[in-house]
Amino acid sequence: MILIWMICILLAGGILCWLTAQKSVVLAKWIALLTVTADLVIACWLFRIYQAFPDNTSWFINYQTDWIPALGISFHVAMDGFSHVLLLLTFFLGILAVLCSWKEIREKTGFYFFNLLWTIAGISGVFIAMDMILFYFCWEVMLIPMYFLITIWGDARRRYAGFKFFIFTQVGSLLMLLSLLALYFIHGDQTGTYTFDYFSLLRTSTGSPVMTWIMLGFLIAFAIKLPVVPFHNWLPDAHGEAPTAGSLVLAGLLLKTGAYGIIRFVLPLFPESAAAIGPWMILLGVIGIIYGALLAFSQTDLKRLIAYTSVSHMGFVLVGIFSFSNIAMQGVVMQILTHGLSTGALFVMAGMLKERLHTRDITKMGGLWTAMPAMGGIAILFTMASAGLPALGNFIAEFFILLGTFTSHPTFSIIATLGLILSAVYSLRMMQKVFMGQQTATEPINDISARELVIMAALSISIVALGLFPQPVIDTVQHLSTIHPLLHE
Amino acid sequence: MQQYLFLIPALPLLGFLVLSMAGKHLSRNLIAGIGAGSICAAALVALVLSASFLQSPPESGAYTQILWNWFLTGHLSADISLRVDALSLVFICIITFIGALIHIYSAEFMRQDRDYARFFASMNLFVCAMLTLVMADNLVLMYLGWEGVGLCSYLLIGFWYETPGNYRAANKAFVITRIGDTAMIIGLFLLFKELGTLYIPDILTKATEHFNSGSSTITLIALLLLSGGIGKSAQLPLQTWLPDAMAGPSPVSALIHAATMVTAGVYLIARMHTLFELSPTAMHITAIIGAVTLFIAGCSAMVQTDIKRILAYSTISQIGYMFLALGVGAWSAAIFHFFTHAFFKALLFLAAGAVIEVLHHEHDIFKMGGLRKKMPVIYYTFTIGAAALAALPLVTAGFFSKDQILWYAWSADGGHPLLWAIGLAGAFITALYSTRLILVVFFGEMKTTPGHLPGAAMTVPLVILAFFSVAVGWIEWPHNLLHVSLFSEHVEHALPATTLKAGLPPEIVFQLIAVGVSLFGIYSGYVLYYGESPLLMRWKQSQGLMDVRNFLFKGWKFDQLYDTLLVRPFLFITRINKADVSDKLYTAIADINLHLNKLFSVSQNGSLRWYVTGVLVGILFIITLQLLL
Repeated sequence: MILIWMICILLAGGILCWLTAQKSVVLAKWIALLTVTADLVIACWLFRIYQAFPDNTSWFINYQTDWIPALGISFHVAMDGFSHVLLLLTFFLGILAVLCSWKEIREKTGFYFFNLLWTIAGISGVFIAMDMILFYFCWEVMLIPMYFLITIWGDARRRYAGFKFFIFTQVGSLLMLLSLLALYFIHGDQTGTYTFDYFSLLRTSTGSPVMTWIMLGFLIAFAIKLPVVPFHNWLPDAHGEAPTAGSLVLAGLLLKTGAYGIIRFVLPLFPESAAAIGPWMILLGVIGIIYGALLAFSQTDLKRLIAYTSVSHMGFVLVGIFSFSNIAMQGVVMQILTHGLSTGALFVMAGMLKERLHTRDITKMGGLWTAMPAMGGIAILFTMASAGLPALGNFIAEFFILLGTFTSHPTFSIIATLGLILSAVYSLRMMQKVFMGQQTATEPINDISARELVIMAALSISIVALGLFPQPVIDTVQHLSTIHPLLHE
Repeated sequence: MQQYLFLIPALPLLGFLVLSMAGKHLSRNLIAGIGAGSICAAALVALVLSASFLQSPPESGAYTQILWNWFLTGHLSADISLRVDALSLVFICIITFIGALIHIYSAEFMRQDRDYARFFASMNLFVCAMLTLVMADNLVLMYLGWEGVGLCSYLLIGFWYETPGNYRAANKAFVITRIGDTAMIIGLFLLFKELGTLYIPDILTKATEHFNSGSSTITLIALLLLSGGIGKSAQLPLQTWLPDAMAGPSPVSALIHAATMVTAGVYLIARMHTLFELSPTAMHITAIIGAVTLFIAGCSAMVQTDIKRILAYSTISQIGYMFLALGVGAWSAAIFHFFTHAFFKALLFLAAGAVIEVLHHEHDIFKMGGLRKKMPVIYYTFTIGAAALAALPLVTAGFFSKDQILWYAWSADGGHPLLWAIGLAGAFITALYSTRLILVVFFGEMKTTPGHLPGAAMTVPLVILAFFSVAVGWIEWPHNLLHVSLFSEHVEHALPATTLKAGLPPEIVFQLIAVGVSLFGIYSGYVLYYGESPLLMRWKQSQGLMDVRNFLFKGWKFDQLYDTLLVRPFLFITRINKADVSDKLYTAIADINLHLNKLFSVSQNGSLRWYVTGVLVGILFIITLQLLL
């Protein structure tokens, strides 16, 4: 029941923001902040329930009630350690998203926060829904408010970017809908009970060749979200044009739903087909790592640059998942968390720079370290996180993924490792173009404010903590080794 | 003592944290106090540690301290844990002791700089990372230190980030060492796949059981680790970043690019010596790389005009000697050369920094000259450093360490007369350019008027380093001269002793040849560079010789080679694909739809005649179809 509360708080908070904004914009902002904070507090409090549980392989919260019983649709939410860490990330980044919109959004503030909170609600729903229709519903709930965030509060080319984002993800959603209906009927034929329940569908026998096609439907939907090259084209446009909080939520959370979907649904529901397609997916992942890095290097728009680094980093996720190695799977979870933090931080920073300089073009920046020493120091931290420097969380993630993959696919792993060189190259270029050289701006530029410092400090502390103390996360998601037969070894 | 190990890296880390967070609120004196104080405190702890280690060596051969469990999943585990054995102890002492002297020197050297706190914060972080590197008990933690020093090196080379040349040099250093690091981490993956552990003592014991000597896997592992070492230690073919790294402040060059970080590769190979011993091929390759590098870099050092670039090439060359020694299996000789080199090269860089500072940032040695009388302290200390570099017999530390290497280059198990010959040629070149440096900078007529002379905070470290550049040689004498071998006895607790070939000529012959070559090098330098030399003038007129000189001056044109082979193609590929070619596919789909839309909307023209015709044609079509089928 507590899980439903968490989502309801967000939904209600969103509506409340919209309503109060007509009277007082400041109040609406505080409501938004309090709503997400309340959820983070609840999610942290759940740790106690979680720790009381004897073994962490199980679903420590499970709530089910009827929704449309005639069609076998129920309102089923459940949470294991994996969902839990993702929810923590969602609410943590949610707070930062509210904070970094504090001054940036000046028009239709109420409606803005409504959309922001509903997107976050949709994302949280995706991470806990255990009924396929409910999952699909949440999948759409996070999409539509996001579309509004981009097209209303975005930059100059926001309409183009919004459409592109919508059409790409909607094509994926449609394929997923077809697949889950097919799965529903096949399961019904096999067992006689027609249900959309995840745990029942897990018991579908998956021998038939048609299963490969059904799996592909799911996989493509998630691959577009992740994104996997060649389905990544929506991402640079959406990231580039979205407002700061939009980019933060997109990079930090929305992409992660793709990874979550593959781990939660594709692998356990279709073990044979997933194993068969594994090498091809690793190949796509490796291509993504290299291709994304090459593109990131050549960009001149700061936000597009960061967007392409996401493509590169998400390639690691795909490689890690389909290498079917337990170590790599832990690395994938770490990558999901740390990429959310580090790339989120870079986007927030890009937003802060844009507020000051009114441009995203890095060729027009330069020498900002002099004017903003604190920002420069933090920028070093996060560019280095992005380049996979040890002691920061991203290193643990990439190290686990590459090490785990090396045992089964050494060649792919080596090519992916070369991505580490490229990541250094594009990270340093970004750092250099923005912060080094002669200062180009003529008007005085302020270093970061207290509110901004809180955001960046929270992110910095988290990324260092994950780099030096990753064990709690690893323990929480240890049970992922049971989701696929190949992972047991 | 064991429970205080963590203090050694933690004190510099604390300094870094304080300076980076509160730096802008602190006074300059306080910044210098924290920055230099933290390293001095770490040096004191290291001193106590060494005393206790030497008095009563631990039974297991090492002090260990586990701080916390870093990660554990399946059988992959790593702790944040420290381990100090005889080998790491040498490195710890050098890092903290020379680090402390350089920090004291910097307190005055950087006094006027705007970013005083940022400088000390980066330096402290460097010392912390370097100590982590040498104290790590598993390869992942070592990699943490390894990358950490790379980051600090990047930050400090680009410390004056406003000048384009500086940040380019910083980027170059980071990327090139990253290439080596990536090879190294692949080596780690392979090592883990084979042995299932990354804990260094386990690797060393398991390796001998698991691998056959000379098997291709162990050779591959050793070569991958060697690549990591090559990148960090600026050896061929990844040496090109070090001369450019001189863009950083002089204390940085002294600490990072002479005494400590660039010898990380030496440490890595010595640390993993068992793996290398299992692979004779890898050992040979190490020796050959060392020999070729020492020669190539030495030649370049001979013709440079920038005082710091001379020293940079000389550093590459001297590390080449260390690699040569490692490759022939003269483990303790390599570490001994690291030990002496750290003192005299740090001294040379600091003294050079003082000269540059006094001459208003003049780097060109041919615009210096005649400084002997004006700055006697710097002159004498610099000369001592240069004499040690040139391996002046018996009175300098450099002689004792280099003489050992030359002897083992022939006589050790992996030795070869050719390696010895190259080493000898290198010794001649080294003596020559050391003499050139002294004569051009300090003798002759004065070309730039000196400014303020440095104060005590800068000169005292120079004097201390000069003292050690002479004295540390006396702890390890050649066997045939005197039975003092304190250093090798200590190091051989952790490293195997050097085995010699049978049937060699007596050692004294080699020593006399080496001494002769060094002295001849010094004499040649004297002939060429003391006053007006007719020989040099004639050379300068010959076009062919000047071409050779330019070729050497540009570091054998490695930069141009990489530029053509790698950098330009990379820039080209990224530039043409800036707009992302795969986007074309999706815009094409959108365009096709738009065209279809235009095509079909022609039919929606509101004219009734068109619609009737359309319907009729449709009916006709269907009827025909039915008739035909």
